Amino acid sequence: MHLEYQVYEADFVNAGSASSSIKKTLKQLNINPAIIKRVVVALYEAEVNAIAHAYGGTITADIDANKINIKVVDKGPGIPDIDWAMQEGNSTASPEVRDMGFGAGMGLPNIQKNVDKLNVQSTVGVGTSVEMEVNFK
Amino acid sequence: MTIKEIATLLDAKVVCGKERLDEEHENAFASDLMSDVLTLGDHNPIILTGLCNLQTIRTCEMGNLDIIILVRKKKATEEMIEMAEEEGMVLMECNYSMFKACGILYQAGIQAIY
Ligand SMILES: Nc1ncnc2c1ncn2[C@@H]1O[C@H](COP(=O)(O)OP(=O)(O)O)[C@@H](O)[C@H]1O
Ligand SMILES: [Mg+2]
Repeated sequence: MHLEYQVYEADFVNAGSASSSIKKTLKQLNINPAIIKRVVVALYEAEVNAIAHAYGGTITADIDANKINIKVVDKGPGIPDIDWAMQEGNSTASPEVRDMGFGAGMGLPNIQKNVDKLNVQSTVGVGTSVEMEVNFK
Repeated sequence: MTIKEIATLLDAKVVCGKERLDEEHENAFASDLMSDVLTLGDHNPIILTGLCNLQTIRTCEMGNLDIIILVRKKKATEEMIEMAEEEGMVLMECNYSMFKACGILYQAGIQAIY
């Protein structure tokens, strides 16, 4: 199954709607709720990042019998130092993002904790791609 | 403790999920930071928060957290109530500070996650 969603810069009202939709799909597929939670917690943090730190982008999810693979690809500005960004507590979040309850620099580390495979790639001025995979068993 | 007893102890107004008042719950977690709420792993405690916007509900949806207590006199918006209803959540509004609300529940035997 292939799913695709668009997310838009600073569209805080809709932040999470892609994650919510994927959650419902996984529920319908009878995936273990604990695994669904890991998937959607990671995806939601990545979705919020694309909206809060980037100029929006595309979320694609591919689901087969054994796993879900999700790519959150945004349109920039990119992350200058991925190692720095992956460390808990590091954040460049705006006050607006903090008002939403994010911006403590816990997103990327928590994504790491919840997924089986994570690949973050970024080019400054071009964009960031966060690829996550979670096994169903 | 039942949700009804919790609401009574906190003098809270249940704005959504009244049909679930007899459910029993033992654990709670309090934070205004949604990234924090998303670190609870398999636990699904009652959430106390002073963050009152759509992301409060979204975050709890992602975390399978379906009992939300808004503290510090925060009032849920129409959109929040609508989304919470769709998700079958219990949402209540409490006029107490975070400290007071947590203290009351802790004293009454509600347990921390860690
Ligand atoms: N998609 C992205 N585009 C640009 N920068 C990002 C992106 N995702 C994360 N970052 C950078 O990495 C930092 C840490 O991200 P994260 O761990 O999610 O914490 P937070 O979102 O709370 O700041 C962000 O503050 C930002 O500087
Ligand atoms: Mg983040």
